[in-house]
Amino acid sequence: MNNSRFTFGLLLVLSAMLLADMARAAVLPEDRTDVMYHRYEGDNIAIEGPSVLIRKKLGKSVSVTGNYYVDMITSASIDVVTTASPYTEERTQYSVGVDYLRGGTMMSLGVTQSDENDFEARTYSLAISQNLFGDLTTVTLAYGLGDDVVGQVTDPTFAEDVSRQQYGVGISQILTRNLIMMMNFEGITDEGFLNNPYRQVRYLDDTGSSYSFQFERYPNTRTSGAASIGARYYLPYRAAVHGEYRYFSDTWGIVANSYELGYTHPWRDSLTFSARFRYYTQEQADFYADLFPRFDFQNFLARDKELSTFTSSTLRAGVAWDFGKEGMGFVDRGRLSLFWDRMLIDYENFRDLRDTAALPGEERLFSLEADVVQLFISFWY
Amino acid sequence: MKLQASSNAARMLKFGLAAGVLVATSACSNVEPWVKPYERDRLADPIMFLEHDPVSASYMHHVYESREGARGAMGSVGGGCGCN
Repeated sequence: MNNSRFTFGLLLVLSAMLLADMARAAVLPEDRTDVMYHRYEGDNIAIEGPSVLIRKKLGKSVSVTGNYYVDMITSASIDVVTTASPYTEERTQYSVGVDYLRGGTMMSLGVTQSDENDFEARTYSLAISQNLFGDLTTVTLAYGLGDDVVGQVTDPTFAEDVSRQQYGVGISQILTRNLIMMMNFEGITDEGFLNNPYRQVRYLDDTGSSYSFQFERYPNTRTSGAASIGARYYLPYRAAVHGEYRYFSDTWGIVANSYELGYTHPWRDSLTFSARFRYYTQEQADFYADLFPRFDFQNFLARDKELSTFTSSTLRAGVAWDFGKEGMGFVDRGRLSLFWDRMLIDYENFRDLRDTAALPGEERLFSLEADVVQLFISFWY
Repeated sequence: MKLQASSNAARMLKFGLAAGVLVATSACSNVEPWVKPYERDRLADPIMFLEHDPVSASYMHHVYESREGARGAMGSVGGGCGCN
């Protein structure tokens, strides 16, 4: 089934990764390989799979990157059990990139291809990064261009296009010998078929005591802006604390704020513990409703809970073990990491339709608890 | 509300572009670095890297963007001091 949000999200993230690598102050990324197993489980959805990232320098000014990522999805989520049938699917994604360093300037190019049975996406990204003011400041400008094709498993002839452009500006600033600050801005514009071809909204029947479904209808364009500011501080006893705030708004009426606070604490020579808390709050899209008053109530209709009003809290605990510091053949060192995130989402206007005893619009509010686990091994060489 | 959000998005877009141009064009200024290269040992410590594990950071951003309406400008574009 269509998983475009996951695909689109990951493509955005990969573009941001490229941008992030760039801004590490005109130094090519380290040669490393990461092999990760990831698992998301919540609301009767399980998504798991591998992710493998390889980076290698070619000479002194070029570095190449490759990433292979798979999502294996088994879903019987609230959307699925109330309007469709449980399903399984797989999505595979490949991305390659190259960084070129010249003096204090780094240029990066990347391309990502993602395939699933009803969604194809390709994104091209370009970024340039420049060190300024004695390398205290790094400025990065990034641009991305995406072309997607949305399909539908129940109708092989269904094919709709989505085009996307991303503009990013990032500044990393060293303030003191213990403090670094960063600011990011990213604007994204989409045009094309932006809704999920399977999802439906519900509307009240004439009797007022029951409801029916019709398919979602979204605008064909969306423009969003997000700005974030964050800082990381080195504590006197060799530990680090960081904080970040982000503001988001878009032309669909969604306004969101997110806050994050984290702590990293090395212990003895080979262990590093980390913890962080993230709080996110969002106001709904203008055309979202849990229950519309009647059929075709307005031009645009959505009942995607990701467009509703909600708050989300995520707490992380992590541990990493460094090994092989004395070297292992061509490998300089290794690290084994385990991160566990617990996510709680409370929806304020998305109701649980499994509460069939209640009248339409009076069902209990839906909430979601999810566990996100990452286990990965990294090698530097 | 829609108009306000739309206006906010447009304003942010303009601000971001203006900030980028401003910083880029000020590159010619001759600013003496107040944190010398030899004073950046703490910033070069891996615990100061904002995204020490890119494969993990990108995955978590992916999880957030799949569960939330917001997108973009997540995580950091900087980290460490580039002095390794």
